[in-house]
Amino acid sequence: MSKYETVIGLEVHAQLLTKTKLFCACSAKFGDPPNSNICPVCTGQAGALPVLNKTAVEMAIKTGLALNCEIREKSIFARKNYFYPDLPKGYQISQYEKPLCVNGKLDHVPIVRIHMEEDAGKLLHDTGDPAVSHVDLNRCGTPLIEIVSGPDLHSPEEAADYMRKLRNILVYLEVCDGNMQEGSLRCDANVSIRPAGSKKLGTRTEIKNVNSFKFIENALAYEIQRQTAVVEAGGKVIQETRLWNQQKGTTEAMRSKEEAHDYRYFPDPDLLPLVVDRVWVEKIKGTLPELAGEKALRFAKQYNIPEYDAGVLTAQKELAYYFEECVRHHPSPKKISNWIMAELLRELKVRDQDITEIKMKPEQLARMVALIEQGTISGAAGKGVFMAMLDTGKDPEAIIQAKGLEQVSDTGAIETVIDKIIAKEAENVKRYQSGKKNVLGFFVGEVMKAMKGKANPKMVNEILRKKLG
Amino acid sequence: MNCQEKTQYYLDRIAKYNPKLNCYLTVCAKEALAAARAADQRRAKKESLGPLDGVPIALKDIFVTEGIKTTCGSKILNNYIPPYDGTTASALKKGGAVLLGKLNLDEFAMGSSNEFSGFGPVQNPWKEGYIPGGSSGGSAAALAADLCPLSMGTDTGGSIRQPAALCGVVGLKPTYGRVTRYGIIAFASSLDQAGPMARTVEDCALLMNVVAGYDAKDSTSLNVPAEDFTKKLKQPVKGLKLGLPREYFINGMDAEVTTAVQKAAKKFEDLGAKVEEMSLPHTQYAVPCYYIIAPAEASANLARYDGVRFGHRAGNPKDLLDLYERSRSEGFGAEVTMRIVIGTFVLSTGYYDAYYLKAQKVRTLIKKDFTDAFQKFDAILTPTTPTPAFKIGEKTDDPIKMYLSDIFTIPVNLAGLPGLALPCGFSKTGLPVGMQLIGKHLDEATLFQLGFAYEQATDWHKRKPSLVMSHGS
Repeated sequence: MSKYETVIGLEVHAQLLTKTKLFCACSAKFGDPPNSNICPVCTGQAGALPVLNKTAVEMAIKTGLALNCEIREKSIFARKNYFYPDLPKGYQISQYEKPLCVNGKLDHVPIVRIHMEEDAGKLLHDTGDPAVSHVDLNRCGTPLIEIVSGPDLHSPEEAADYMRKLRNILVYLEVCDGNMQEGSLRCDANVSIRPAGSKKLGTRTEIKNVNSFKFIENALAYEIQRQTAVVEAGGKVIQETRLWNQQKGTTEAMRSKEEAHDYRYFPDPDLLPLVVDRVWVEKIKGTLPELAGEKALRFAKQYNIPEYDAGVLTAQKELAYYFEECVRHHPSPKKISNWIMAELLRELKVRDQDITEIKMKPEQLARMVALIEQGTISGAAGKGVFMAMLDTGKDPEAIIQAKGLEQVSDTGAIETVIDKIIAKEAENVKRYQSGKKNVLGFFVGEVMKAMKGKANPKMVNEILRKKLG
Repeated sequence: MNCQEKTQYYLDRIAKYNPKLNCYLTVCAKEALAAARAADQRRAKKESLGPLDGVPIALKDIFVTEGIKTTCGSKILNNYIPPYDGTTASALKKGGAVLLGKLNLDEFAMGSSNEFSGFGPVQNPWKEGYIPGGSSGGSAAALAADLCPLSMGTDTGGSIRQPAALCGVVGLKPTYGRVTRYGIIAFASSLDQAGPMARTVEDCALLMNVVAGYDAKDSTSLNVPAEDFTKKLKQPVKGLKLGLPREYFINGMDAEVTTAVQKAAKKFEDLGAKVEEMSLPHTQYAVPCYYIIAPAEASANLARYDGVRFGHRAGNPKDLLDLYERSRSEGFGAEVTMRIVIGTFVLSTGYYDAYYLKAQKVRTLIKKDFTDAFQKFDAILTPTTPTPAFKIGEKTDDPIKMYLSDIFTIPVNLAGLPGLALPCGFSKTGLPVGMQLIGKHLDEATLFQLGFAYEQATDWHKRKPSLVMSHGS
């Protein structure tokens, strides 16, 4: 056991999937030309005022409910004051003292709070002229929720796992697209170490820019090792904000506690307290989709598949949907699950593809499984069909026809071939009849070879046994 | 007179008197004449956009107007051409009103004398060398000098009522949330309220009919049905109960003001109203409470003037901090800077509870004073200001003295209530004296009723300044 215990808490920012911004009617779309989705409100023109987007509140409440939070009846938007060119008003509107959701839980990890806030714009420095910087305010005012976990994660792996589960829930709820690369899901990590067994929290550092599951693990592992080295050398960890540098694989000091801003929070007088009545919360509760955990339980029960398989199939919403679509077209859940678990997931990994990106439609996979069951093709031939479907998105029937993979289940045809082989292989027939039953495999192989793999293996086996006596 | 003639009449007077009075910061002569022509054409076709169709009006330069420079009296917005119309400007435009121009004010509405304008002080039309009051000093002076028939002002701590009183015109600070704040440049958001200013109570009520109402673009706008503010104008005031708060008649105030308001009280009694002395016990805490809350909100509201997107930007900044510091210190005047510093201080970690939070609690007590009083009274009668207009330069070096000129108007903003200021006399030196009627939440109609009855019984509002200026034209 290590001398030190690690304590990690994550602050996760998720951009809500609303059509419009948090306080104005501008589009919240990502990737439009710079400064094309702006108005007097989100550019902080003199005299402009914010009006809260109700859909954003609904999405935040949804998240709170899914994470078992209390939804506060009255929450307050505050102004967080600081100057920066990507912040037009000179303050960010953010919930501070009274957030919308509190006291939740994701598995064993406490969720301290979920609050709503607006995003800032984006500075563009590399535009040709080194003396000039530009600012794109498209992102300015897009709605975010910040989900703050308790300091109850104890290893980088556990932190990454929490983050994966959280992402999964947000995507399931359709409140966030979960895209960490584009920044719609971002993570800051607070980390400290303390002597094993101690209850007192050590001095923490906050690591910014850990925007992938890999970064989270790498950055935390590095930071724990750094803090351990500092303490081991008799030093003290300094409370500061550090930036993860993925290229160097290190965290770098950004600013110390002393340099931290005094944000001078106070309730935004432009916005009334956000009042959420019980009826509204209950109504939203009624719209909550089935989450991964519940879905896994249902899959195991309804489709009679192992719990492990159910867990894997529901880990991603789109994968679960894919599976259920297949089963809807051909109710053979166990076989379909096997194909997805063994073949499809492996190929996705090899091809570095997401389930949403593949050409093969669920009904095509379902039909292929049905064709194997009906004996139209062999399982072995099925693998080829499967790969061809992934490559081309063509129907299984078309692929089977083009490749001539249709299985021969005509007794007469199979008997003719078997008779020929038995006549040729008198030696092996004798060996079989003298008790060497494993020679059967040789005969099956010869038949399949002669029939170019298209013979129905079950029938080949049966007829051979009968004829060999 | 048709609309064009009427508009030309005002443009001529502006050309003649404004160089001396300095009421207008921007005159929209071309646009005004074009709007007047369009109104005349509608009139010829017997069409109308409403009661203000073709009526000239001037706006305090705190109302955002699309394509028309809007400075808020500050050098930091010297070059600001807003890309949009605020809701009020837009409603007036849609109603066919003719915008004559934009009126001077204390920078960002912070001031009680108009001396803190970034574009020079306004003269009181009644007496040269005297302040017109503030911050809507340009509006009040322009009305008194007949450089416009109607105006819109804003009132955060008395900025409509105090200059109305000092210039002898009528001004209403409506209930907080009655008139939209979308498109008025924010000073202190929880106190700011736009309102009508005119030479008579009736004109004020008519203008109120056009500008009041729910606005979905302002989250603090009150969603109450539209009402006709003239509906009670002609109703007798007999039987109405008026409170006369002891705390509004204090040591050090001008005896002529006390006398004028007492005479007004007597006049109301003559009209059949009941007047009774009463108490608003937390009045003395209003000014200190206000000077915490208003600067705190202002410090955040004014953060957007950073030289990055619009407004004044310092030349050749060394770096980002230099850009911020110089743009803001070059752009803001001393009074605004001081209030930003105060506001920043009271919101700082470690001071927030002692100042801002405490001030909010005091505010609740002041509100409660009024709630209690209105159990018994229909309206409260007070002086608008402790003294008539003072001399330009007299109080600029003493902020406390300056702040006390709003001592009777500030409590009304803290309580979010409507207050009507109207003339009730003149000093021996010929300066107007005003009274204030404070009403129940959303009960502007009763204030207009009382004001109108008083106006009918007196002739203060009919007097006009001679406008003989030493260097005037």
